[in-house]
Amino acid sequence: MSFSAANFNAGLAYARPEIFLGIAACAILLLDLLLTDAQRHWIGVLAVLSLLITALLAAGQPVSGRIIALGGMFELDRMAQVLKVVSLLIVALVFIYSTDYLRRRAILKGEYYVLGLFATLGILVLISAANLITVYLGLELMSLCLYAMVAFDRESGKAAESAIKFFVLGSMASGTLLYGMSILYGVTGSLQLSEIAAALHNGLAANVGILFGIAFIIVGVGFKFGAVPFHMWIPDVYEGSPTCVTLFIGSAPKIGAFALAMRLLPEGLGFSQPDWSQMLVVLAVLSLAIGNVVAIAQSNLKRMLAYSTISHVGFILLGILSGTAQGYQAAMFYTITYVIVATGSFGMILLLSRQGFEADMLTDFKGLNVRSPWFAGLMAIHMFSLTGLPPFVGFWAKLGVLQAVLSVNDTWLAVVAVLFSVVGAFFYLRVVKLMYFDEPTDVAVIGGSVLMRTMLSTNALVVFALGMVPSALLVLCQRALP
Amino acid sequence: MISLTHVLTLSGLLFAIAVAGVFLNRKNIIVLLMCIELMLLAVNFNFVAFSRFLGDINGQIFVFFILTVAAAEAAIGLAILVVLFRERRSIDVEELDSLQG
Repeated sequence: MSFSAANFNAGLAYARPEIFLGIAACAILLLDLLLTDAQRHWIGVLAVLSLLITALLAAGQPVSGRIIALGGMFELDRMAQVLKVVSLLIVALVFIYSTDYLRRRAILKGEYYVLGLFATLGILVLISAANLITVYLGLELMSLCLYAMVAFDRESGKAAESAIKFFVLGSMASGTLLYGMSILYGVTGSLQLSEIAAALHNGLAANVGILFGIAFIIVGVGFKFGAVPFHMWIPDVYEGSPTCVTLFIGSAPKIGAFALAMRLLPEGLGFSQPDWSQMLVVLAVLSLAIGNVVAIAQSNLKRMLAYSTISHVGFILLGILSGTAQGYQAAMFYTITYVIVATGSFGMILLLSRQGFEADMLTDFKGLNVRSPWFAGLMAIHMFSLTGLPPFVGFWAKLGVLQAVLSVNDTWLAVVAVLFSVVGAFFYLRVVKLMYFDEPTDVAVIGGSVLMRTMLSTNALVVFALGMVPSALLVLCQRALP
Repeated sequence: MISLTHVLTLSGLLFAIAVAGVFLNRKNIIVLLMCIELMLLAVNFNFVAFSRFLGDINGQIFVFFILTVAAAEAAIGLAILVVLFRERRSIDVEELDSLQG
């Protein structure tokens, strides 16, 4: 590929949101050195502002079709635009929820925000990746920041332990993914996703080497998603890290994992779809089974939501493995709505926690209705949505995936998914039962700043509104992945 | 003459040793970090070999990026290890069992 300065400059314009976010994160990192502890909360304000500006920049880009820029490294299409705006807004919400928690624990450090911003930058790069190098760099930028974030509460031995587990398993996953990439490169002779797709189209799809590479890539993708049998890190990391970090890990990185799967599998390896679909079937069914069944046995809400994540990942994988545009749209809708609901649920744990009290046990939600009918109602919306009760948004998401699976005649998969969702209903509804029918054991006044309470309410109302009128987001997903 | 098969076999072996090391090692986290490095080096070996035999430079460029990221990864891994050691006074793999369920 020949290099021209004019092309390169035009390409930089497409990457404007990423460039802005990178500069803003560096500036905030430097500014953090100059501030005293009393002024530290401005770091959070600046971080949220820079995320919002980046979201505006990303939303304002005129996107038509697929734009490949920066020497084939960078790709901008409608899916990238939607996923970027959603992940930026979600991270801004996560930062707003986290500020109170960090201040009360006296761990309000600039690192949390800076690492979060860099992780978000990694997610954006991953979303726009058009080359295996960019895929890898985006993924590592995201993962390395997450490892450090888990360990950033240095007083907590639990956090350090979960960080080292996360680090070892995550690095192994990256190594496995890279091994798969090296095989793909060896067989197709290119690192460019579009050229790999072209090579597969020209008769390499049935090559044993490609199959070998795909197996390694699926392992890596499964790890990053947290699909069974590569889920070991999820419960430990969710439980062990400070709740604000759990909130972060449970939200935007899922969009990153979805983008990783979409870029590598349908886009790069689309012509080997039957092969990777078969592998994903195993992951999806196991995730649905283990996630929903093991969650029942949990008494820790963070751990329960971790297993719930695993089961939802099963659904997302079902959408992807169907291999049709309908399936990809359904998976994208599922990912976006799941991330919004998960942010709200973890936000509720943050709201109820206070100095020296984590509010992460199921029993801590007992009698929430007596303490605050409003927040009990909001939590109930999230739980109903995770269950997939109509007319909440989780129902539309599950319905879309099931339709996609049925349209490719995988009826047994749909049956399995529905059965395990029914099993899953038990532990979500148990939270609702605890809130409404049990006596409160904890009678402290619910804290939280006005901003946090407002955003938490907005979050739940958005979930409710999406359930009532899912068509807007559905159309957005359909336009993003035609 | 060393053929592509020889190099790929070697890198496959290195990769397998690294994975086995992560799962079999029950003593020391430092050894885990070394296994992860070995895994990335096996991948680099693959890329360089393919790059050489395909006559395409892109694979070697990828290797530079992997080396850089591996250095950052090692730094973060060791930093987490230091935090863990301060809390536990031990870096024994078997003692990492406070989170279960």
